[in-house]
Amino acid sequence: MLPLAGYTVIDFSQFLSGPLASLRLADLGARVIKIEKPETGDICRQLYTSDTILNGTSTVFHAINRNKESIVLDLKSESDKQIIHDLIARADVVLHNFRPGVMERLGFDYAGVREINPTVIYGEISGYGKEGPWVKRPGQDLLLQSLTGMTWLSGDANNGPVAMGLSVVDMFAGSNLCSAVLACLYRRAMQGIGAHVHVSMLDSAVDIQFEAVTTYFRDGKLLPQRSEVSNAHAYLAAPYGVYRTQDGFLALAMGSIPFLSKLLNCKSLEGFADGEQAFRERDNIKAILAEHLTTAGTGHWLEILEAADIWCADVLDWRRLTEHNAFKILDMLQQVTMGDGFRYETTRCPIRIDGERLTATKGSPKLGEHTAKILEELYG
Amino acid sequence: MDNKPLEGLLVLEFSQFMAGPTAGLRLADLGARVVKIERPGAGEGGRQIAIKNIFVDESSLVFHTINRNKESYATNLKDENDLENIRKLIRQADVMTHNFRPGVMEKIGLDYESVRKINPKMIYATVTGYGNEGPWAKKPGQDLLVQSLSGLSWLSGCAQDGPVPFGLAVVDMYCATHLTQGILAALLKRARTQQGALVEVSLLESVLDMQFEMLTTHVNDGRKLPQRSTVRGAGHAYLSAPYGLYKTLDGYLALAMGNVAHIAETIGLSREPYQDASTWFSRRDEILQEFAKVLCQKTTCEWISRLETEGIWCGVVNDYHRFFEEQGFKESGMLQELTLQDGTQLTTTRSVYQIDGKRLYADKPAPKVGQHTASIVHDYLEN
Repeated sequence: MLPLAGYTVIDFSQFLSGPLASLRLADLGARVIKIEKPETGDICRQLYTSDTILNGTSTVFHAINRNKESIVLDLKSESDKQIIHDLIARADVVLHNFRPGVMERLGFDYAGVREINPTVIYGEISGYGKEGPWVKRPGQDLLLQSLTGMTWLSGDANNGPVAMGLSVVDMFAGSNLCSAVLACLYRRAMQGIGAHVHVSMLDSAVDIQFEAVTTYFRDGKLLPQRSEVSNAHAYLAAPYGVYRTQDGFLALAMGSIPFLSKLLNCKSLEGFADGEQAFRERDNIKAILAEHLTTAGTGHWLEILEAADIWCADVLDWRRLTEHNAFKILDMLQQVTMGDGFRYETTRCPIRIDGERLTATKGSPKLGEHTAKILEELYG
Repeated sequence: MDNKPLEGLLVLEFSQFMAGPTAGLRLADLGARVVKIERPGAGEGGRQIAIKNIFVDESSLVFHTINRNKESYATNLKDENDLENIRKLIRQADVMTHNFRPGVMEKIGLDYESVRKINPKMIYATVTGYGNEGPWAKKPGQDLLVQSLSGLSWLSGCAQDGPVPFGLAVVDMYCATHLTQGILAALLKRARTQQGALVEVSLLESVLDMQFEMLTTHVNDGRKLPQRSTVRGAGHAYLSAPYGLYKTLDGYLALAMGNVAHIAETIGLSREPYQDASTWFSRRDEILQEFAKVLCQKTTCEWISRLETEGIWCGVVNDYHRFFEEQGFKESGMLQELTLQDGTQLTTTRSVYQIDGKRLYADKPAPKVGQHTASIVHDYLEN
């Protein structure tokens, strides 16, 4: 039995953050019902990446919304609002990521929903909190990365701001919401009470940076300084970084500089010490290392470094990764099947319970695919 | 906040460094009593792992950031008497976490099968780098290495760069959210079945999950590799123009997804060349360059007021100085002050969860090694 077997989630959310939370709840065993607006549905259905369309919908939507059901309802129609009311009455969890004010106007804010279902766990994601000067701004990932200083952590010092190349803020916000909902479901199981859970993308963006933020305030409010060469972390000393080799790249996570100098037979590194110097003069040290490492291939360096227990790795792209046995043995990909029989490949839930991988065979729903079935269940 | 969701639960944290202890922090902020099991003297390995070489009150600043709101019990896992006490604690605990390499817990008799015999209701949660089997099982599970092996480093930066890692321990942190979710789901199941569970996560599976949208695209688009833009500032290998960061007269401007023709017109270009939405991806780099040429001519503020009037998704690119001065940040209440054992004041972040309308603050500083040994003996071992 999956941990959330028997639970029902009513999900009003769109795009990535909220739907990611409900994907996890689905993989943990819950029944997730997406409430989608007529004709277009979740906007993410049309958000194409690299122009890839799969069975009429974007691959991103297929990745995020597998293992869910879809009912089409018009939030502005009184009769559809009655159906929502009846769905909420039977739900364990209600999720949304509308901007502050929208659910209040519809009457489905926490106060309204609690009147329908007093022990429901109500989870919401906002961009910037429920009040304050930014409340009306779009809660969009790149804008949050940019606002919160995150774009000055990746890339080399002279690169200007560099965004993290996927929607990290959305992903953490969704994951955080999922965790808080699970914690409150546990409390409900023990005490029989409902809860109101709220996570903002702003708080989540700051939370991801908690190490850097704490360091900033302790460190006399100095801005993070990325290294000029092979930057991988603004606050870490040489050799931390990724280096070009004769035939590829090499990641080096640690290693004493004098020891590396001997081990790699790099004479120009002689005279550099660990500790403070390895931080202060990291650009020099890393530039010397970078030049030296181009004189041989990645395999050559790995052999020497791994034998000496230095933390290092090859740098793979997805082709080399997915062909590697270390990837294959994880069984991280799974085939799912949509209601119309269309099959596609996607990833599975990353959590294992009692030695079992959490897999699911159900693909993403067509818009409104389950409307009739759900109405039948409600009103027979 | 009263009545925190995990009030009354006892968590034994054998985990070290980042992923496991970050999950421990989440559980602590949600109300659990989290006890770090540390070796006498040196304690958890993370106490000595510093960023920028900053130590406060004898441990690294990073350690203090990750381990606030916890207690510490010092014990020698190689000593039979100490192990007997650990088994007594295990009998009374609800959750335990560890990130030892495969084989370590088996050797001292605290692997899942053994623990289950001591306490069948235990939620036993582990973090590994790459899982327990396969060619990488013995590789060090370290954030940058996992980023490098997983393909993640080809998503940021631009085409002429080599691999660009995320400048944060993002894999550790994401893995911590998975560990937290697995533990909470198992606790929920236990509430119904009275049965414990084994929860396993790995850094590699977590970073693959982090890329799930793009990996799903990759395995369904003929296995093309991500094509980063050649234009510096581009924000996402898989998104069309204008997504990215642009230089302005006095700083930078972020432009998210939007109607390119509408944006062109708003910044003073002609709509005509941008009407066909199908070119927004195929002509991404040209469009980014054409926009960059215009956007560098006015200040960020001027652009934002013009773009926002048109409902276009845009924003400032702050550094920490500016961000922490913003009124919107101050009102988030995301910071809290801690007083460490030696009196040092620390500013750090609060829990990211808001429950029942309240933000969760917890200003208990990270423990000294063995600081709570006596009280834990009193609470759990003297009976």
